[in-house]
Amino acid sequence: MRRLPIYLLLTLAALFFLLPLYIMLVTSFKTMPEIYNQGILALPRQFDLYAWRHAWSGATIGASNQGIHPFFINSFELVIPAVIISTAIGAINGYILTHWRFRGANIIFYLLLLGTVFPFQIILLPMAWVQGKLHIAGTLIPGLVMVHIIYGLAFTTLFFRNYYVSIPHDLVRAARVDGAGFFRIFWRVMLPLSTPIIMVTAIWQFTMIWNNFLFGVVFTNSDQQPVTVAINDLVDTVTSVHMWNVDMAAALIAAIPTLVVYLLAGKYFVRGLTGGAVKG
Amino acid sequence: MAHSVMQRIGGKDQVIAGLMLSPTVLAAIFFIYAFILWTVWLSLTRSTILPSNHFIGLANYNDLFGSSRWWRSLSNLGIFGGLYVAISMAIGLLLAILLDQRIRGERLFQVVFLYPMAISAVVTGVAWRWLLDPNFGVQAIVRSLGFTHFQFAWIDDPDLAIYTVVIAAVWQTSGFMMAIFLAGLRGISPDIVKAARIDGAGTLRIYRRVILPNLAPTFFVAFILSAGLAIKAFGLIIALTGGGPGYSTNVPTIFMYVFSFERGEMGVGAASALIMLAIMMVVVVPFVILDARRKV
Repeated sequence: MRRLPIYLLLTLAALFFLLPLYIMLVTSFKTMPEIYNQGILALPRQFDLYAWRHAWSGATIGASNQGIHPFFINSFELVIPAVIISTAIGAINGYILTHWRFRGANIIFYLLLLGTVFPFQIILLPMAWVQGKLHIAGTLIPGLVMVHIIYGLAFTTLFFRNYYVSIPHDLVRAARVDGAGFFRIFWRVMLPLSTPIIMVTAIWQFTMIWNNFLFGVVFTNSDQQPVTVAINDLVDTVTSVHMWNVDMAAALIAAIPTLVVYLLAGKYFVRGLTGGAVKG
Repeated sequence: MAHSVMQRIGGKDQVIAGLMLSPTVLAAIFFIYAFILWTVWLSLTRSTILPSNHFIGLANYNDLFGSSRWWRSLSNLGIFGGLYVAISMAIGLLLAILLDQRIRGERLFQVVFLYPMAISAVVTGVAWRWLLDPNFGVQAIVRSLGFTHFQFAWIDDPDLAIYTVVIAAVWQTSGFMMAIFLAGLRGISPDIVKAARIDGAGTLRIYRRVILPNLAPTFFVAFILSAGLAIKAFGLIIALTGGGPGYSTNVPTIFMYVFSFERGEMGVGAASALIMLAIMMVVVVPFVILDARRKV
């Protein structure tokens, strides 16, 4: 009985966190007249799929009226190469920083650590200029992919470094005595032990890049934009009537991929969030 | 003999290791550190829509600090950042303590508290814009319960809109703070808690005298992370208020974006980016140093 207040508070908090998701879901299945005539909390009378269909393939976004789906696909085309490449390079870097130590390794570590702290506003203007010179300004591939790989490397390298630090150096030394070289040790010794950290890093990168707005809005134009930028354009588009149901359906579509990953592999996501942090 | 052969092989692999790491090192030096210097240079030039090498000293900083919009952005960051850091840490700590009481369904609660972190800030902004809309959202809900004069139209009020940003940001990341504090709580040795209990200390006293002091490093980490998130907040505010009404919810991130990429005042935009960097350094670095000292 003494514990009732604890459960009460936790349940109240849970309701607070679920409320926006709930109103997004119910609103997305309503018709506009229903939205005007009923409370925001009311369940839809019948589950109307118009808003979802319109958000997916009919809504006007910028100059296009194909809905959110081209941008949803853009985000996948962005995320897949950016996650794979930044994770792979991070793994090699982490391996080098922990098991091929050399003078200056600590300086490099701190250079990268600081790279995770700076506000990205500080690099936007030079990057825009460089992309212009490379004739890739405004492009999703390779422009935006390149930006996400470069500025993801500090995170992926630190994730792998902090993980590989705990792998005994004797394992590497033994492999070297057996004649294994740099790459063989990586493939045969490190990678087989790396599944958890690959999961953590890939899920972290997937979530961060998919959800990113700043790089997308600065570095891509019209049909090259990722879904987060498209959502904002859609919601911003001034029409005579604000289509709340379409807004909510579109926002949910943009949220589904990372939510699904979170529900399936949340444990790895939480490890990414708290991992580096708790150790300080 | 065998020893020297091994060293030679190791030497070759050491070179490979250096070669493999060098692209990242060069990329970090160029794309982070050289770019920072580059932005410093831009901020000292008459760069507008296109970069220019025409040196004009601190004129851009003069313009920046002569702009009421910039001052509004700074004070908004102060209000938003201060409230957001304090409230999200408080809620995070409270939820972590509650969850640490050997709760049934702990996993489920955690999943619910943390899912907003997996969602884009833009989506969060869109959802809260709907929930805070005076005609449909919270104000309408409370009025429909009979409180017909209830007022909650902050999002349309230039003086109050910044507080709606606090609400949405707290919603998105309190669960993150909870996860940080929960990890901190679980890291405290049960022995010292047991010892205090044997000495006859009550639960409240144990938290005040034993657990919270031991959580000091976690407070540092939570502060650094949430302050960083506050300074970087961008998509959330764009989607929630668009920086408005007017420019009443502008923050430095929005100011920098608008001046650099919409108004073609690159020099002023660069100057604002550097002030942001300075703010980050002033707010976060002392805590990092303090934290490092504690460990020595």
